[in-house]
Amino acid sequence: SCVQHRLVVRDASSLQILQLYSCVDQIQYIEWSSDSLFILCAMYKRGIVQVWSLEQPEWHCKIDEGSAGLVASCWSPDGRHILNTTEFHLRITVWSLCTKSVSYIKYPKACQQGVAFTKDGRYMAVAERRDCKDFISIFVCRNWQLLRHFDTETQDLFGIEWAPNGCVLAAWDTCLEYKVLLYSLDGRLLSSYRAYEWPLGIKSIAWSPSSQFLAIGSFDEKVRILNHVTWKKITELEHPAIIASKKTIVYKEVEKSPTLGTERLSFPPTRALASSLFSTQSKYDICQVPVSLHYIKPVADRANPKVGVGMLAFSADNCFLATKNDNIPNAVWIWDIRKMKLAVVLEQLCTIQCFQWDPCQPRLAVCTGGSRVYLWSPAGCVVVKVPGEGDFQIMALSWHPSGDSMLLLSKDHFCVCYLEREEV
Amino acid sequence: MGDWKTITVPVLSPDSQNIFPYTSERRTSPTSMNSQVLRLSLPSSKSMHSFFSAFCTEENIEQSISYIDRELTTMGFPSIYAESKGKELDLVSMVNCMNELLVLQHKNLRAQEEIEIQHLKLGSDMDHLQNCYTKLKEQLELSKREIVGLQERDRQLQSKNRNLHQLLKNEKDEVQKLQNVISSRATQYNHDMKRKEREYNKLKERLHQLVMNKKDKKLAMEVLNCVGRADGKRGAWRTDKTEARNEEEMYKVLLSDYEQRQKQLLLENTELKKVLQQMKKDIISLLPPQKQKPKERSEDGLVLSDQEEDIGELNKENMWELSCETVREQLTNSIRKQWRMLKNHVEKLDNQVSRGHSGALNEKDVISREDHELETGKLELEIQQCKEMIRTQQQLLQQQLTCDDDTTLLLQDCYLLEERERLQEEWRLFREQKKNFEKERKSFTEAAIRLGLERKAFEEDRGAWLKHQFLSMTADCKSENVKTPSAFLRSNGLQFNWCVSLLGSDPDIRLVRSASRQRRPPSSLSATVSPEPCQISQYITQNSVASEKPAADYMPNLWVESDDKEETE
Repeated sequence: SCVQHRLVVRDASSLQILQLYSCVDQIQYIEWSSDSLFILCAMYKRGIVQVWSLEQPEWHCKIDEGSAGLVASCWSPDGRHILNTTEFHLRITVWSLCTKSVSYIKYPKACQQGVAFTKDGRYMAVAERRDCKDFISIFVCRNWQLLRHFDTETQDLFGIEWAPNGCVLAAWDTCLEYKVLLYSLDGRLLSSYRAYEWPLGIKSIAWSPSSQFLAIGSFDEKVRILNHVTWKKITELEHPAIIASKKTIVYKEVEKSPTLGTERLSFPPTRALASSLFSTQSKYDICQVPVSLHYIKPVADRANPKVGVGMLAFSADNCFLATKNDNIPNAVWIWDIRKMKLAVVLEQLCTIQCFQWDPCQPRLAVCTGGSRVYLWSPAGCVVVKVPGEGDFQIMALSWHPSGDSMLLLSKDHFCVCYLEREEV
Repeated sequence: MGDWKTITVPVLSPDSQNIFPYTSERRTSPTSMNSQVLRLSLPSSKSMHSFFSAFCTEENIEQSISYIDRELTTMGFPSIYAESKGKELDLVSMVNCMNELLVLQHKNLRAQEEIEIQHLKLGSDMDHLQNCYTKLKEQLELSKREIVGLQERDRQLQSKNRNLHQLLKNEKDEVQKLQNVISSRATQYNHDMKRKEREYNKLKERLHQLVMNKKDKKLAMEVLNCVGRADGKRGAWRTDKTEARNEEEMYKVLLSDYEQRQKQLLLENTELKKVLQQMKKDIISLLPPQKQKPKERSEDGLVLSDQEEDIGELNKENMWELSCETVREQLTNSIRKQWRMLKNHVEKLDNQVSRGHSGALNEKDVISREDHELETGKLELEIQQCKEMIRTQQQLLQQQLTCDDDTTLLLQDCYLLEERERLQEEWRLFREQKKNFEKERKSFTEAAIRLGLERKAFEEDRGAWLKHQFLSMTADCKSENVKTPSAFLRSNGLQFNWCVSLLGSDPDIRLVRSASRQRRPPSSLSATVSPEPCQISQYITQNSVASEKPAADYMPNLWVESDDKEETE
């Protein structure tokens, strides 16, 4: 974690501080290298990236972009190269920590996901734009050689993402144009998919972990799933405001204030009592279908309206897909991919901020900005309150790769939630 | 002559019955008659009387009588005058005439009544008809008005329809126009965007140049020391070879992915094909009733034979070429055929059942249903058995698939497996027995060694004793040079053996002995063991030995273990 200009490295299981580093300026972004030996700290204002080593605390490295400025910085998959994106997306500089050499990638595209690495770290795809046309370049990460360079038939390429098997690259257009293009590793266009023409198009995309499915969430509140054999749509998942299917379980978060017997009140009130007086407990109730969900009518004349499926995530075992429809911001929809049907809907009291699947099991953690984290698994769901006084407003969460613990982030605090493993 | 004017007197008052429907008026010159007659038109009883009296007065009796006579004669009555030309009245004829006139009057009255009744009837009919007519007219009016109204409405609706059509067309046109507008705007925006982007690119290029020019001279990157690569290798120069290698690797990755996918698809395919096969067999097994009636439906028979052929073919084909187009088609077609047959069968059964339900209590149907149920139960059992068989067969087939692709080999392997298992069992027993035999033989050899040693000792003693005797016997004869005690012993032993054998060979002894072997005394048992280490070259179970050989024959060791056993025990 970083505080102002200091980087604090802690042990994951005990949260003990292992190292403390100081950087020259306020840190905007930190990232671990793939082998967990180095950490890069990017300071965008100064255009400087500093790299620290865990093994040798005295080792240091500073990369100065100078007047080129810095907008983004990330590691390469081998953990020895740093890719810096300069201001105005003029170029991407590849700095090598092994040889102190520099390479440049010109004309990168300024879009949401312009650089994508394959899961095995062998290839990197970069979106470029020259002469008002979009191109994609594929580089071999081992020696940074250009493998393929081809143009895409998009109006304005918005993002690219590799399939987990590393053989297919999905590229999609801006929301003004619904278009998904699928390229093979050697640059051939495998297929293109377009659902409709004029209304706003794609909002989010996710690959399934087995690379079998590509889920596309769009502004018309639907998710379309393409299959990897024919690249055609196999199903459309709708997000209506009224759920009528009998097979769906709807969990609704219900708040209940604790009841206190009057004789237990004491003066001055103890701390525990005070906190429990003002804290409200909440639990899940199962609602009977049909259920109507809290629906927000979108404002019609603003750009990037809060409509459509904005968040998509597949579970690690490829069995579930979690989605969020921005019209119905309090609900998480969980679909069973084996049956392609809606399995569960979780309705919360506040807007969903973030959800993430456990990397090992089909377990979903949801946070809504309150001090509670919600966990769902096929066995049921549970509400966990962050203990402590005051409000801990969870804005984001992140699972540990082993699935045993979870990081909960608020604006200026974080806490780690440990999950117990069931004794088998 | 006066003008005769007939005046018809209209309907007179009911109280005056005696009315003359008409009177013929004689317009005579006397106008008083006329006026009198005219006055007759006003009916009244008084006037009647006056009329009666006015017509004939005392003065004009003759005239009136002659008048009446003339009238009567014109009416066809006989004259009232007597035959003679005198002015005498014939009373009889006058009475007759009066009667006739009365009858006539009655008739006329009746006729009048009838006519009046008819008139009334007609009048009422007419009224009725008039009423009907008016009603119908009203109805006609109403319906006409309705028609008009409906027409009006129809017209209005049609006009509305036309309006709506028109609106729809307008809307469609508008939509089309809007779409055109959108597309034109989109292209315009794109164009503008491109223009702006070009400007932006130019700016970026300029900025880039400036940045590159203004590059700081100091190191852009300072590292304390270089870090080794993650994989420990050194970086490679960029050459054609590396490029080629990159390409190669990329294609390898792609190919491996495709191969993996193809494998998965193949697996899926085989699974599905197996399922189809199983389904086919199940379906065939479900259709036995049709097999029993081959004559009725010849096509069934044909189909069945086809099926069986198909099964045979496909079972063979299945193992060899799994993705052959024709095989695939055959399989799917045959399954479709059989599925259709099964469907028809089930539909027939359904119809039968429904007929049984709806029809009257038909015993035949009831019984047939029971039978049917029994049969279905039996069929289900059959199906279960067949399925289990198929499953086991499938498993075996799958196992076979992983190693070998030949059915015959597979079958043979099954049998071979059984045989092999049996053989293994036997081998096991065999080995156990062998071990046992080994153990026993070891013990025997030990025992035999011991025995040999003992025997040796005993023989030595005996030899010594015999030597003694011999020496004593042949004391006078020259004793040969004794080389060594052992050699002496040996030669003596030989001689002794020879002697002993001469003395009496036990016919029971079936051994061949080496020269160094020494014999026991005949009284003791025969088995001898050579003092040399036993070298068992072979042993034959329960075989009889090469028969006893004479002692002079020195053969290598041959054991007869069973005999040894018997004899040593």
